[in-house]
Amino acid sequence: MNEQGPVQIRCPVLTVRRVDAYYAITVVAPGIAERFRAGQFVSVAVGGEQSSTLLRRPFAIHDVKPDYGGTVEFLFSVRGQGTAWLSERRSRDLLDIVGPLGRPFPLPRDPVNCVLAGGGSGAAPLFPLALSLRRRGCRVDFVLGAASADRVFSAITARRVAETATFTTDDGSFGVHGAVTDALGRVIEDARSDVVYSCGPMPMLREVTAVASAHGIPVQVAVEETMACGTGLCMTCVIPVVGEDGITRMVRTCMDGPVFRGERVRFDDVGTIPFDALGAPGWKAHHDSDVTDREAG
Amino acid sequence: MSPDLRTRLSNVELENPVMTAAGCAGSGRELAQYFDIARIGAVTTKSVMLEPRAGRPAPRVAETPSGMLSATGLQGPGVDVLLQRDLPWLISRGGRAVVSVAGGSAGEYGELARRISDAPGVDVIEINLSCPNPAGQGRHFADDPEEAARVVSAVRSHTRSDVPVFAKLAPDVPDLVGLATACVEARGDGLSMVNSVRGMTIDPRTLRPAVAGGMGGLSGPAIRPIAVGCVYEVHAALPHVPIIGMGGVRTGADVLEFLAAGASAVAVGTINFADPSACVRILRELEETLDDRGVTRIADLIGTAHRPMGAALGNTSATL
Repeated sequence: MNEQGPVQIRCPVLTVRRVDAYYAITVVAPGIAERFRAGQFVSVAVGGEQSSTLLRRPFAIHDVKPDYGGTVEFLFSVRGQGTAWLSERRSRDLLDIVGPLGRPFPLPRDPVNCVLAGGGSGAAPLFPLALSLRRRGCRVDFVLGAASADRVFSAITARRVAETATFTTDDGSFGVHGAVTDALGRVIEDARSDVVYSCGPMPMLREVTAVASAHGIPVQVAVEETMACGTGLCMTCVIPVVGEDGITRMVRTCMDGPVFRGERVRFDDVGTIPFDALGAPGWKAHHDSDVTDREAG
Repeated sequence: MSPDLRTRLSNVELENPVMTAAGCAGSGRELAQYFDIARIGAVTTKSVMLEPRAGRPAPRVAETPSGMLSATGLQGPGVDVLLQRDLPWLISRGGRAVVSVAGGSAGEYGELARRISDAPGVDVIEINLSCPNPAGQGRHFADDPEEAARVVSAVRSHTRSDVPVFAKLAPDVPDLVGLATACVEARGDGLSMVNSVRGMTIDPRTLRPAVAGGMGGLSGPAIRPIAVGCVYEVHAALPHVPIIGMGGVRTGADVLEFLAAGASAVAVGTINFADPSACVRILRELEETLDDRGVTRIADLIGTAHRPMGAALGNTSATL
């Protein structure tokens, strides 16, 4: 139906492999590969056509390659029956995939210095981003953190792609003992960074945003929220985000995100409806705004 | 020869009986990325209220066996945005529009109907009677025939006479036929059945309700037998009232089931989330199954399950 938007395809599995503590599935999906931009994700049906497991699983795209007609790779951990089913797929099995979904990371027009900060498997979308930034002549520095050494994702690739790569673990089993944000400020200063890109759990994104703001540089964050559809229909993945007009809206992370400017996300109010959000019970005071301002998404 | 799929909702004719259900298709714009929305019978737009509404806090959804429990709290941009942006867009794409309305009082429903029924391209107004109302009494309108009738009456008296008004009923009420009868007596033109079923799921790790609102609405294939039963029961009592059947439709065969129970059209809900091209797949499956059975007109199928054995279809013995 469209040139740029998402497509729904039945994709043959090429490989399922273990990568550190995670699984990676590569599928042949030329339509998705050619549309993909870093930060976008796919949603994957699990369990087969008559499965009692209805909802798709969203996964950030980790890698796109032109070989075999266009392949797409995504990363996951086995967390429940859906991901367990996925981990049992074999080469040539078909997966029903919708993608690429969501807004990608915006890329700088000029070559600037970029820090990419990720936590655990949340670092996955930062790798295709790093390649895009490098192609534009940007300096890339990685800060990757995780609970333990085996959950720091793709340290070798990070070292290869980036100017510098700093690793942190909660248990000190690899790299710096501590969190991503403990190392981030230092990297920003050393690399004279102009912008931070980040993906990972919400508390990490909040801290990363605070560090970037303290250094006076912009930050783009890709959030991970529970989604039922990924296509903008179900309105379940909303978070409070402040618009350019200063009005807070409950926006869909699947369609209006998953990438947002960090300082626009009301991290402390995620999981609530802020009293001053558009359409919240206390909102009526602002009613004089015009119609275009009143869209919820 | 391909079967005649045309069907009627009161005085409105649809090209085919496959529609989307309210709250499961946005305003058609999101789904239009996956298929031509003019191909399906109609799009039911997400329940609209007079004012923008932020809805309930997250988490709003939990997966359940063959279903989904959700509590979004009718988040939406309000009727102005529907009339100025969403509805004109849907019409411009050749889509047919069933507009779902939700309000906190009969007066609010009436005001919505007044503003919507004058807009070009509104084929049907559907009344969402399960609105979480401001008095905090939960589904006040859906549970009480008198309240429901008051709302239907308010909408009917503010709606152009050529726009049919359908009341959407919830299945978990003490007297569904009584409720349906009250809506029809209040000059409702038809019924939509069913809305989601009240339920709860508890997160096994936290031992707390999995959606922030506590109770949610259960939808998906898990509720299909409940929905089919409701349609069957109400069609038996009110055979001349058109019904839009919905609840867990996943395949063309499921549409057949609702038609046989007495629905004139069938809305696809939760499966749109799982499969954004579900509507056109279901339509194709329906055509195939009708072809296989030698059924030439949808109209011949409606209410088939109520007829005596042997009288169901012309060549039943050959196909079953």
